Amino acid sequence: MTSPLTRVRRPFASAEQEAAGDPTPTAWISLLVRRPLWRSVVLVLLLILIPLVITGATFTTIAVYCLMYMGIATAWNSFSGFSGYVSLGHAVFFGVGAYTMALLSTHWNMSGGLSMFALLPLAGVIAALIAIPYGYVALRTRRHTFVVITIAFFFIFQLLAFNLSFTGGSAGVVLPNGQFSAADYNDPFYYACLVVLVLTVAVAAGIRRSRFGLQLFAIRDDEDRARSLGVKVNRVKITSFAVSAVPVAMMGAVWAFFIGQIYPQFAFNPALDVTIALMAFIGGFGTIIGPLLGALVLEALQRYLNLYLANADLYLVIYGLLFLVVISFLPEGILPSIAGRLRQRRLRSQNSTTVSTQESR
Amino acid sequence: MTDVLLEVRGLHRSFGGVKALAGCTLDVIEGKINGLIGPNGSGKTTMFNIITGYERCDEGDVLYRGSSIRNRTPEAIFALGIGRTFQLTRIFGRLSVLDNMLVATQRNEVWLRSMLRPTGSASERAHAMELLDFVGLARLSGELAGSLSYGQRKLLELAYVLVADPQLILLDEPAGGVNPSLINQLSGKIAELNQQGTTFLVIEHNMEFVMGLCHAVTVMSYGCVIAAGTPEVVRADPKVLDAYLGGTEEDEDES
Ligand SMILES: Nc1ncnc2c1ncn2[C@@H]1O[C@H](COP(=O)(O)OP(=O)(O)OP(=O)(O)O)[C@@H](O)[C@H]1O
Ligand SMILES: [Mg+2]
Repeated sequence: MTSPLTRVRRPFASAEQEAAGDPTPTAWISLLVRRPLWRSVVLVLLLILIPLVITGATFTTIAVYCLMYMGIATAWNSFSGFSGYVSLGHAVFFGVGAYTMALLSTHWNMSGGLSMFALLPLAGVIAALIAIPYGYVALRTRRHTFVVITIAFFFIFQLLAFNLSFTGGSAGVVLPNGQFSAADYNDPFYYACLVVLVLTVAVAAGIRRSRFGLQLFAIRDDEDRARSLGVKVNRVKITSFAVSAVPVAMMGAVWAFFIGQIYPQFAFNPALDVTIALMAFIGGFGTIIGPLLGALVLEALQRYLNLYLANADLYLVIYGLLFLVVISFLPEGILPSIAGRLRQRRLRSQNSTTVSTQESR
Repeated sequence: MTDVLLEVRGLHRSFGGVKALAGCTLDVIEGKINGLIGPNGSGKTTMFNIITGYERCDEGDVLYRGSSIRNRTPEAIFALGIGRTFQLTRIFGRLSVLDNMLVATQRNEVWLRSMLRPTGSASERAHAMELLDFVGLARLSGELAGSLSYGQRKLLELAYVLVADPQLILLDEPAGGVNPSLINQLSGKIAELNQQGTTFLVIEHNMEFVMGLCHAVTVMSYGCVIAAGTPEVVRADPKVLDAYLGGTEEDEDES
């Protein structure tokens, strides 16, 4: 069995190797996966500069969606990728965030502008509060059943959005106008997404290195065994579920404000669930950079295809093909598979050198 | 006087029509290495599962230090100081060997605080490495546990059960599939831990291993205990020869 390397940690051997300036590609990949802080800082600075340099509305709109999906995929992955429980119900939190933004801003007669973004934390908190009972029920089941239960929950919420008296039903909700200048209308949304994205990645990376993360990874590999070693599995799973709901809801809130009017079938959109799962999967489950890359590539691809081929559903074909290619050639996702192969090659070359030194004795 | 650390009293367990346990009674003597043998399917693993909370029992009781631990959860049993390994090893395949060890240090983690604390303090790592060194896996600490061989997985399981420093360790076929030199090493480790005060209950089919290592042996057959005593006594018992040893020795001769 090949080792998927979703958690590259070679505490002793690799530290020595890296210090010795190991020139093999493995060291480079592991640097990429455990990217040092300064690289992230440079990357964020670049992202801050992008809309100042490239100002075309087409580009910035696509950029907003890319950042949005990168955040959502990262958050989803911090639960599903780390714990192994694949959720197809995270669109619930997106919808909850969108409706929180829409209903509260209209209820409080807000007049648009930057102050609308003050509702983001509230959207996150409400989603987390919903995630606790939701997770409590759904996480009583094991993996495959869990997937089905999350889908069921999703449709319950969609139905509620259609039918509850305060949601506006199928007519949806019209939000206050943004009041931003037409020339750089997208910029506030871009930066809001960027802030949420940076926070999400920081939290996910922190969890990955924390004790909490180790407990999640142990649950992924053998939940019963983890439990018998004293890991409080239910608590850990529900907490992770709720934490992952927060950024998704915040992105949902930004989205609602961005498009200006929401309908239940788009706020609670089943395609979102499949899309984010695919993004995280193609990039690499359980890694930090995987879902970021997956979301960036797929979302940009989809938006450009829509624009230039004017065919709204072509992306589904491309997604399907990509999925097939990845699952047949790189079954653990692109990044972990490549890292795993490099690692195997390194092991093999190490083994051959030890054998040859033994022979020479 | 010998102290009984764990008492199994009249345990019953059926799976559909199969009576896996039909009234088993067994004493685990404190400070000793206790053996549990019996033909395939005689109910040994089922008894382990019931003791450690992985399965419920239909009837009977399990006493640890005199109080009942019947039908507790696995984590509660572990917290009491009873560690176990599995016949089919259960490790965290996609974590490194060292991280596997660190999972066993998580039992006292406080809920939200565990998010802010990085894995493995220096002392936890040092302790984990010490134990890995003890079972001879220290040099593989950075490798993925899933890449270990079968015998190495058995050793890793033993090592991470040791992290919590349990008073009683249940080993399910620790020597199964392990090569002869490693078996000797393993029985050396068990004896060494026993010297330091750990009590063992060991299921094993390898007679040489059991008879050489154990201070007391219990023999099961078809869900019942048919003999118990020192290895010499058990070995000479005609019932045991009948049910088990005869068959096994023939098997060994054949192979
Ligand atoms: N979960 C289960 N469901 C159904 N039957 C079971 C289950 N677990 C055990 N059994 C049955 O109970 C009997 C005892 O099984 P057990 O695993 O305890 O035997 P064992 O003594 O450990 O055997 P071995 O030496 O082969 O490991 C067997 O007949 C087995 O088929
Ligand atoms: Mg067994």
